[in-house]
Amino acid sequence: MNWAYFWSLFSISLHAMVPITLTAVGEVIGESAGLFNIGLEGILLLSAFTGTLGARAGGPIFGLLAGLVSGFGIGLVFGLICAYWKGSQMIAGVGINLFALGFVAFGLQVLGSPGFYTVPRAVQLPPIRTAVGAFSPLILVALLLPFFVHWFLNHTRMGLQVKAVGENPEAADVAGIPVELTQLLATAVGAAFAGLAGAYMSVSWLGSVTKEISAGRGFIALATVVFSGLRPLLALAGGLIFGFFESLATWIQSLPGVKEAVPWQFIAMIPYLATLFVVAGIIGRVRFPKALGVPYRRE
Amino acid sequence: MTWTWRGLRPILESILAGIIGLAAGALIMWGWGYAPWPAYVALFKESFGSGYGLASALANATPLILTALTFAMGARAGLFIIGAEGMMYMGAMGAIALSLLRLPAGLHTLLALLCAAAAGILWGLVPAVLRAFRGVHEVISTIMFNWLSHFLAFYLVANVLVDPVRAEKTLSVAKTSRLPLLMRGTDLSLGMVVAAGLAFLAYVFLWHTVAGYEIRAAGANPHAARYGGVSPQKTVLLVFALGGAMAGLAGAVEVMGRPPTYAVYSGLTNISGFGFDGIGVAMIGRIHPLGIIPAAIFYGGLQAGARLMQMEAGVPFEMVRAVQGVIVLALALPELTRIFRVFRQRRKGGEA
Repeated sequence: MNWAYFWSLFSISLHAMVPITLTAVGEVIGESAGLFNIGLEGILLLSAFTGTLGARAGGPIFGLLAGLVSGFGIGLVFGLICAYWKGSQMIAGVGINLFALGFVAFGLQVLGSPGFYTVPRAVQLPPIRTAVGAFSPLILVALLLPFFVHWFLNHTRMGLQVKAVGENPEAADVAGIPVELTQLLATAVGAAFAGLAGAYMSVSWLGSVTKEISAGRGFIALATVVFSGLRPLLALAGGLIFGFFESLATWIQSLPGVKEAVPWQFIAMIPYLATLFVVAGIIGRVRFPKALGVPYRRE
Repeated sequence: MTWTWRGLRPILESILAGIIGLAAGALIMWGWGYAPWPAYVALFKESFGSGYGLASALANATPLILTALTFAMGARAGLFIIGAEGMMYMGAMGAIALSLLRLPAGLHTLLALLCAAAAGILWGLVPAVLRAFRGVHEVISTIMFNWLSHFLAFYLVANVLVDPVRAEKTLSVAKTSRLPLLMRGTDLSLGMVVAAGLAFLAYVFLWHTVAGYEIRAAGANPHAARYGGVSPQKTVLLVFALGGAMAGLAGAVEVMGRPPTYAVYSGLTNISGFGFDGIGVAMIGRIHPLGIIPAAIFYGGLQAGARLMQMEAGVPFEMVRAVQGVIVLALALPELTRIFRVFRQRRKGGEA
């Protein structure tokens, strides 16, 4: 065993961290405003697909934008249903997940490849080549965004309004903050980050779309949000941890001799087991906004 | 507000949501350049226009009733159990594993069903305990267990229960433990009777027993229920166990009552998706055990018809799952019908 093995583990970790971190940090914004979106998994899946369509039509940047916009669009639908029409957040989230499963499977069929589509190399986002390997530019985005969101939520007027709405919508309402609009925008912007994450997976990282591309990452991101206690910088830490476990599974399988000794299915379980352990271990310590998940009705 | 209106409203809402979903499906098809009308004609002609189609709709509905019951049981207790998918895989594995034994017919079927139910319960045990005693949100834990189940089932299908002659599938369920077919030449088996019977039992349990009342009380108002002496831990464990049994049975009826192979294919292609579709079915059935039966038949019919739609109109059958997603989104709205009344009143106001 040499250093190259460990370096590849580091490199895969950085790439695997991106979708979880982006999605989790987005959800931190939405949950700070009081909306709990379990449709993140569907948003990742859907935008991985729309990102591909966008890249085919107008190149990689356009693909990433397409993912961002479709995430934002679904976030708007979710926000309309849950913030304005006081719908059930859980059920709306399930609806998004089901819709994405069907729509993407349908869309992949239409593209002519049942369940699988390879993004042409020409429209994939070119990686930054360095002396120590090739890295997706979005790694930088995922590393910086949590700091920006941290600043936004804690040091700007708008960010504090978002948190006020999530903590105590009645008081925020009395103080003249538009509760519904704040919730709508917070959840839509958060969903847009998940959309970017989805497009990153297809257009930059993996270079292909499958029906299973999201692979539970939306829910792992939810676990990351739980882990973070709605602090963006801890969401980044969580993203790094879960990204590490995900790459660990990939990495172990690439080691010589492992494939023969342990069936790959058991190694593939690592990220999901790690998520369970982390969530079971830290729960109880974190505190969430009082009004999380409860629709606000003016009395 | 009269009694009949209160009883009818959920049904009307489901029908309205169904129409919204189908309209969205038409929009999607139109957007991709398909003609929606012929596609829907093909779909409904197949599913509800012939005896064979109807039998297929009922056969598809069988596991959906059971996975929907898993979700509905949880939802009535205020839990969001989305782990039926993984529990169902384990149920299917349990049913196949038990058919390795040699037993007389009848007894063999019964034991295979019990084994599948036990496998489903077992798969829900850890999320149940984590929820009851550590407060771990069941959405996260059950999804993680779905993925663990996915990989474990992959392993079992490829290595343990594999058919030595045909490596692309598991061993077929023994003849002595198969569920008899109700109609010759169709897929409709006794499983449908089992599923519908269990739905009825679930209704009786939830609405006409003390334990069922406690479950609904815990869902409607956890604080009041706790104050009234209902143990939240006991409720969580009970609901997970009942739900796990239902989902496990869903896996069993799918392998024990589905000709011609009576087996699971590698990649789990013939048993995947039922758990998630069950959530949609439960929603359309307004998380009521008796509402779930027609909802499952509706969705089973969509699935059955979608195959013909794909052949005749060329529309990929996955479209129906997108339709179901939109239906669920519409049902997330409280008082769906009221929204329309508001619109009507507004228009009246504008004219006046």
